[in-house]
Amino acid sequence: MKIEVLGSGCATCKKLYEIVKHIIKEEKIDVEVEYSGDVTKIVTLGLIHSPVLVVDGKPIKISSTSEKDVKEALLCVDKDCQ
Amino acid sequence: MDIFAPIQWFADWLTYSIFKVSEGTALANSISFFIYDTIKIILLLAVIIFVVSLIRTYFPPEKTKKFLSKVKFPILNNFLAALIGIVTPFCSCSAVPLFIGFVEAGVPLGVTFSFLISAPMVNEIALVLLWGLFGWQIALLYIVSGVAISTVSGWVLGKLNLEKWVEELVYKVKSVEAEEKKMTLKSRVTYAKNFMIDIIKSVWPYILIGVAIGALMHGYTPNDLLAKYTGPNNFFAVPVAVLVGIPLYSNAAGTIPIVSVLIAKGMAIGTALAFMMAVTALSLPEFIILKKILKPKLIATYASIVGLGIIFTGYLFNLVLK
Repeated sequence: MKIEVLGSGCATCKKLYEIVKHIIKEEKIDVEVEYSGDVTKIVTLGLIHSPVLVVDGKPIKISSTSEKDVKEALLCVDKDCQ
Repeated sequence: MDIFAPIQWFADWLTYSIFKVSEGTALANSISFFIYDTIKIILLLAVIIFVVSLIRTYFPPEKTKKFLSKVKFPILNNFLAALIGIVTPFCSCSAVPLFIGFVEAGVPLGVTFSFLISAPMVNEIALVLLWGLFGWQIALLYIVSGVAISTVSGWVLGKLNLEKWVEELVYKVKSVEAEEKKMTLKSRVTYAKNFMIDIIKSVWPYILIGVAIGALMHGYTPNDLLAKYTGPNNFFAVPVAVLVGIPLYSNAAGTIPIVSVLIAKGMAIGTALAFMMAVTALSLPEFIILKKILKPKLIATYASIVGLGIIFTGYLFNLVLK
């Protein structure tokens, strides 16, 4: 699994990146987390908002950038419970 | 009946009976004003942000993009873009992907600008504060003039054929159709609730500071001092207010309570509205972010046209609302 945070360099984007790193550490999940400031990637996915959370190349919907919601969305990926 | 009357009663009760400040003094006025305004604004924010966010879940930016790339009428398109700008969720972090996405989908440059001007300018925090502090008429006036400025500025920018001042990379992106995520009513409500909590968490310190400064001025500033410099008779007040507003973006929530007191103390309404529009629509951090995709010449043209629009509106209100 590979997690990417795509953003335009704003505060919310960086916050999301930090939260994701924190969750990964806490849950001891063995994945690679990467931040990318390349906004063209967002547009290529057909999305036009930022930040975007991407797991294995697929954008994941999060209801807010609070730790609780991000965690819920991330832990949901495997179980397909979205 | 004033629905905020119980809050006023509570604020007075706290000030006079609990804090034991003597009635009628400047200190009492300031304290009671602070308590009343803080509670009122936070309540209004919570309710309105919740409702607006709920409505917004029906207008994801991806849907807006699709819609705007299909309608093809010159000025009407700008108008629609400005209207949709109000209900589409937007933060300046999304400005760049949004711009590229719109252009890539075939939305004309001028229409994209109309959206980009209206989305941050007509924002829910500004509306709540205007409604809470000045009444719904002023809030409505703000929406109408915001939409008008966005429509006209975008249309003018479109007429200037500025495509050459957009960075190459914007035209190179190709996107796929994103699958539309279905949302249940429950998930919409959850989204709106979370968004409301997020916003209040991030703006409450600014509101407290803004209201506190406002409260101090409310109690202590002499009435005619401000009126002399910022009243309808000072011709330069409007452009100066706009210039001062440009670097203040992140503090929109804190600026408005201060503006409300400025108005109470004699600042002309048009000048105050122009100031607020500059704070929300012309933001230095956003210009810096936009530099990734727009050449400086285009950003300068964009800022000047919107700035002129705001200044014009400021003068207009000062004339009409005398």
